[in-house]
Amino acid sequence: MSSVSTNEIKREFLKSKMGLTGVFILLGLVLISIITISTIPVSTFQEWNNPEKWILYPKTSVPSWVNLLSPEKIPEHKIIDAEIFESHKDEIFLVSQQFGVSFEYDDFPSDFIFETKTKYSDSHLVQIKVIRPDGIILEILSTSLPHSEIDTIHNQRYFSTDSMIKKNLNAYKEEFQFDFSIGATEIIFSNLNENQVQKGNYIFIMDTYGIGEPAEVLESKMILGGKTFGLMGTDELRRDLAVGLLWGTPLALFIGISVSIGSVVVGLVYGVYSGYKGKKTDETMMRFNDVIYALPALPFLIILAVTISNSIFLMIGFLMIFSWVGIAKVSRSMSLQIKTRQYVEAAKIMGQKDSKIIFRHILPQLLPYAFASIAISVPAAITTEAGLSFLGLGDPSFPTWGQILHDANTYGATAQGFWWWIVPPGILIAITGLAFVFIGNALDAIVNPKLKR
Amino acid sequence: MSVGLKRYLITRGITMFGVLMITLLLTISLVGSNMDTILKQGVIYQVRAEITENTSIVQGFNDPEEFEKFVQQKIDERVKTLGLDTPWYSPQRLGYTMYKILILDFGNATFLTSDSGSSNVGEIIFEKMPKTILLFTTATIIISIIGIVLGAASSNKIGSKIDRITSTFAVISSSFPVWWIGMLMIFVFAFVYQIFPARATPNIASDDPGYVLALLYHMALPVITIVLIGFGAWAYLVRNFMVGIMQEDFITAKKTMGISKKKIVYSHALRNAAPPIVTILALSLSGSLGGAIITEAVFDWPGMGRLYFEAISVMDLPVIIGSTYILTVLFLVSIFIADLLYGYFDPRVRTSN
Repeated sequence: MSSVSTNEIKREFLKSKMGLTGVFILLGLVLISIITISTIPVSTFQEWNNPEKWILYPKTSVPSWVNLLSPEKIPEHKIIDAEIFESHKDEIFLVSQQFGVSFEYDDFPSDFIFETKTKYSDSHLVQIKVIRPDGIILEILSTSLPHSEIDTIHNQRYFSTDSMIKKNLNAYKEEFQFDFSIGATEIIFSNLNENQVQKGNYIFIMDTYGIGEPAEVLESKMILGGKTFGLMGTDELRRDLAVGLLWGTPLALFIGISVSIGSVVVGLVYGVYSGYKGKKTDETMMRFNDVIYALPALPFLIILAVTISNSIFLMIGFLMIFSWVGIAKVSRSMSLQIKTRQYVEAAKIMGQKDSKIIFRHILPQLLPYAFASIAISVPAAITTEAGLSFLGLGDPSFPTWGQILHDANTYGATAQGFWWWIVPPGILIAITGLAFVFIGNALDAIVNPKLKR
Repeated sequence: MSVGLKRYLITRGITMFGVLMITLLLTISLVGSNMDTILKQGVIYQVRAEITENTSIVQGFNDPEEFEKFVQQKIDERVKTLGLDTPWYSPQRLGYTMYKILILDFGNATFLTSDSGSSNVGEIIFEKMPKTILLFTTATIIISIIGIVLGAASSNKIGSKIDRITSTFAVISSSFPVWWIGMLMIFVFAFVYQIFPARATPNIASDDPGYVLALLYHMALPVITIVLIGFGAWAYLVRNFMVGIMQEDFITAKKTMGISKKKIVYSHALRNAAPPIVTILALSLSGSLGGAIITEAVFDWPGMGRLYFEAISVMDLPVIIGSTYILTVLFLVSIFIADLLYGYFDPRVRTSN
């Protein structure tokens, strides 16, 4: 083993294309993590497994960029916020919530839902109508908010599947030249002469009339159900996969880096101490090392996860138990070599303490090797954690990539062809692994010049 | 056999046995308290069933409270005769449990059964084990053949296209999880193009004459996946060994003698690279056995790995203990074989006293 100075390593590393690629990818991942942590609210990650949170999202939708590749434009799932206008004429107050949508797709939306939260008292009348691109106005629903004597806050959802809407649409039967035995959305978004999508701008208007005082709209949105959503699509539980994948990045980096740093430090100190002490101590320590080395890691990790806990922090500890062994072996043999060097012998004769010799004279020599091993052992930690999560043994409160793949497998994503649910998590696992492998190999080639050829 | 090798093997053997005992102890202590609860519940259920089935006993009681007392007394008796009144960590019970496992008597499974309907854990495991061995040895053999050929070829022409492709592929393929590639393979080759079956368990009875053929057909997709992920790293390893050997003096001597480079690579160098290659072959087999749990779960391959996974999901403790033990034994046997080969090939071990 050769001692290479830090500057030399830096210089050599900057020359290595592979190493730079690795650093570049890693920086990208770190950037994603920082953006995720700072911009995406933590609540999305805490409520990853709360179905209530995702109810407005579509089920297993393809990513919306698929539309860029296919000639047929698949309708996008849209959550539209209302523009609210208030006016009054004498005693009658009108609150008008307007939802504008430009619909340029080749297929009908699957459905639409109005979701509102209003504060009001007394009686209020609600009328929903739509202004189509061809100028025709369809009045689709008129109903009322439940009567209340005192101020109350009321949540209301109006669904396109409401039978009243279909009944009201029958009033326009004369204008359409096709059979009306289809869903309401397919009539509202259709051309007059044949049942095909009419592209253009639609304005949905929900008017609330009240006498004496207006209703106060607290929240209001319209969900136009589609088959594509967001950057990464959604899964069977309607979760936005982009959120899960983004949160998975800092988690994977955290797991990988903490396991590898922990195990390298433990392995290094253990191996160096054992090699430096020699004799009986060395023998005993290496026997113990052999025992851990011969334990089948995965079955044990599984039993530990099932019987003790699957908390992510304990998992990191469990993974460390099985990954310091190899490093201890190598650093022992390195310290066996170093301890015969003259300056170590000299320090010993001068009566320096063992701990001082180890930390001052031997460990610093092994640092380049340590950095290379840290980088090289990250991918294994990430894939093992992902594997455990894939088996359903991961920490349920953290959306890791392995967990997303576990859910995909549970809901038969392969059989149903939900490729956007399977492909991205695996690619992210591999890319993260590759970044560290690149860095590690580049460092290794510098530290062990024998391999460079 | 020399003294050095003998001593080496004895030390290794003792270590291995120690590991086996520690593994066993660890497994039992991790699942022990759960096992006690489950066993006691089993006894309660069994005693109740026996008493209620026997109507003459039930009719002999008028007071339900008295009846309960009687049942409880019976249960306590049974618990005592089975030795369940002492906890699992009491020396007699621990010793007895370990002894039973050592002689491969794992008792009966709580939920799982073998294909033939037996719930004896030993029978279940020995029904599944050959399938795991079949899958992973087949894959390992194919991997090593491809790896040796590719590795030798790229060491023959360092820096050539084939060398660079092999090295790149080795690095890239090793960062993909096998089970994820497995999911993709199932997606592409079982659903998009329906070439292979999605589930690797043949759905015909195991005594059917066509069973072996069906099993091989079902094995294709898992084998292809494991090979695809594994051969790159192997080729790279072989290449590096070969490169090291090609710089030895005796090869240089052969070169100066005018022997063609191709002959040197494929006959002289490869023969000298064989010992480390064979040793690592044994080690990688043991390594892949550990990964079997996830791989078999993805492909639904009816082997030890899937059994283990199923046992964990329903907490079938006798099966968990039994399969951990057998997996450890398999793991240790292959490590031991690797050690044996290493000791045999390494002259330093062979000749030292």
